[in-house]
Amino acid sequence: MATVTRPLPGQVVRERRSAGLWSDAWGRLRKNRLALLGLFMVLTLLFLGIFGPFLAPYPYAQQDLKAIQQAAADGYGIGPLNPGQYGHVLGTDQLGRDLLSRLLDGARISVSVALVVQLVILLIGVPIGAIAGWFSGRLDNVLMRFTDIIYAFPDLLFIIILSVVFRETAFGRTFDGLLMIFVAIGLTSWVTVARLVRGQLLSLKETEFVEAARAIGVQDRKIITKHLLPNGVGPIIVAVTLGIPGAILAEATLSYIGIGVQPPRASWGSLIAEGYKWIRAEPHLVLFPAICIATALASFTFLGDGLRDALDPKLKGKQ
Amino acid sequence: MIRYVTRRLLWIIPVLFAVSVITFLLMHAVPGGPWAREKALPDAVEARLNAQYGLDQPLYEQYGRWAIAFATGDLGPSYRYQDRTVNDIVADGFWVTVQLGIMAFALAVLVGIPLGILAALGHNRWPDYLTTSISILGVTTPSFVLGILLIVFFSVQLGWFPTGGWEGPEYWVLPTIALAGFPIAVIARYTRASMLEVTRKDYIRTAHSKGVKNQSVVSRHMIRNALIPVVTILGPTLAFLVTGSFIIERVFNIPGMGQFYLNAISTRDYSLLMAMTMLYAFAVAFLNVVVDVLYAYIDPRIRYS
Repeated sequence: MATVTRPLPGQVVRERRSAGLWSDAWGRLRKNRLALLGLFMVLTLLFLGIFGPFLAPYPYAQQDLKAIQQAAADGYGIGPLNPGQYGHVLGTDQLGRDLLSRLLDGARISVSVALVVQLVILLIGVPIGAIAGWFSGRLDNVLMRFTDIIYAFPDLLFIIILSVVFRETAFGRTFDGLLMIFVAIGLTSWVTVARLVRGQLLSLKETEFVEAARAIGVQDRKIITKHLLPNGVGPIIVAVTLGIPGAILAEATLSYIGIGVQPPRASWGSLIAEGYKWIRAEPHLVLFPAICIATALASFTFLGDGLRDALDPKLKGKQ
Repeated sequence: MIRYVTRRLLWIIPVLFAVSVITFLLMHAVPGGPWAREKALPDAVEARLNAQYGLDQPLYEQYGRWAIAFATGDLGPSYRYQDRTVNDIVADGFWVTVQLGIMAFALAVLVGIPLGILAALGHNRWPDYLTTSISILGVTTPSFVLGILLIVFFSVQLGWFPTGGWEGPEYWVLPTIALAGFPIAVIARYTRASMLEVTRKDYIRTAHSKGVKNQSVVSRHMIRNALIPVVTILGPTLAFLVTGSFIIERVFNIPGMGQFYLNAISTRDYSLLMAMTMLYAFAVAFLNVVVDVLYAYIDPRIRYS
C-alpha cells in the first residue's frame, strides 16, 4: 500500500476511472441494443401516459355523433368509423368515440398501473423482507410462512374477488376503479420482492465487507445505507421492472372480463372486449389496443432483461 | 425424502385454511347476499331463507359448519342453482378445465423445450432468432388477445375451427394453443438460457476433448443437464394454466369451472365460490409440491431434509 508506482518515462498512462456500480451497469446497458430499445419504448410510453390526453385529438369520452350520422348518410351504414374517416385517424367505436384518444387515455391507465402497483409492492414487500432478513429467527419464520400462504393464493382469482366485492363501494369507485386495481394487484404480488429483499439481506449480512465495516465500528444505520442497500438494490430494481408487465397484463385482463376500470373510461383490455363485438367488420378495434398492450409489455420486458444483464455482478468482466 | 414430501403436503392444510378464511371474510364483508334480485324479496321471506341456509348465524359458526362439511367432501347447496349441489356443478366443469389444462401443458412442454434447445444449438443464427421472436411474441401477447386473434384468423377468416364451444376435438385446438402460448414462450426462453449455461461447463469440454461424438454430447450431457432447472418453472407454469384457463374458457365459451366463477362472485353464491377458490388454491399448492419433489428426484445434487 505504501509503495507508489510511477509510470516509466515515455509510457502512456491510461487512467482507469474508478467504476462505480451504476456507471458500470450503464456501460453494459448501453451496449445492449434490445435494452436500449426497451428503454426508449418505456420513455415513450411514460411520455404518452403523462401528456397523452393533452395530445389527444378529442376527449376520450366525447361522442362524435355528427360523423356517425354523416357516415350513415354517405352510405357506410351505422357503426364504428374506419380509420381515417371524418377526421378520426384510427376511427371510432360504435358511439363515435375517437379510438386514438381512447388509446391515449388507456396509456395513462397502463402507466399508472405500471408505476403505482410497483410502489405498493415495494411498500409492502421491502419492509417485510427487510425485517425478516435483518432479525432472522422466529420473526423471520412467521413472516416467511405468511408469504408462503400469499404465494399459494391463486392471485388472479383473489384480484377478481376483491374487485367484484368492492366494486360498488366508495373505495371501489375511487379514480374510476383504479385505486382498487392498484391495491388488489399489489396485495397479491409483493411476495417476490419480499423474498428477494430477505435473501439479499441474509447473504449480504455475512459478507466480508459488512463484517469489516462492523469490525471498525461503523454504525448499523450506516452499514444499511452505505453497504447493504447499494449492493442489494440491483436485483430489486430488476424484479420491479420485470414485475411491471405482469401488473399491466393483470389490469388488462380484469378490464377485459369487465371488472376493471369503470366506464366511460376504457383501458386497453376493455377496448378489446368492446371491439370484439365488431370483430368481423372492424377488426382494427381489437388490433390497435392489442398492439398497444403487446408494445407496453415488450418495452418493460426488454428493459428488465437488459437491466438484469447489466446489474448482475456475476457477468462483470466477462464481456 | 418421504418426511420432506409429507411435510410439504401437510403444509398445504394451513395454506388452504388461510385461503378459506380470507375468502370467507371477503365474501361476507360486503353488502348484498345471494337473495338480492332486481325486485327485493319481502323481509320475512328473506329471513326464512337466511334461517334455512344458516345465514342468520354468527360468521364463525357459519364458517365452522362450512369447514366441517368441506372436510367430509360436502360442498353444500348452491344458492343460485337451487336444484343442484355445488358438488354437481364442480364435477361438471372440473374435467373440462383439467383436460384443457393438461393439453395446454403438454403442448407448452413439447413445443417450448425443443424450441429452446434448437435456439441454443443454433446460438446467434436463425434458429436462435426464430425462438427469440416467438418467445417475445408469446410473452407480450395476453392469452385472451391470442385467443381472439386465433378466432379471427382460423375461425372467422379461414373457417377451419369453430369459434367456441367444447363438443369435440376440433373445438379443442384453438383454446389449447391460446392457453399454451405464454408458457411456450417462457419455457423456450428458460430452456435456451439453461442450455447456453451448460454449454460452457467443464464436463462438456471434457466430453468433447475425449472424442465423444457431438450428437451424444448434446443428447447425453447437455440436454439432460440443461433440463433440470427448467423443471423449476413448470410449477409457475402449471399455476398459470390453472388460473389462465378460466380467461380462455370465457373467450371460447367453454363450459369449464371458470365460467361459474365470476357468476358465483357477483351473485354471492357463497358455497360455490368457496368451493372453486379452494379447488384452485389446492391445485396451485399441490402442483408446486409435485414440481419441487420432481426437482429433487431429477437432480441428485439436491437433497431435501
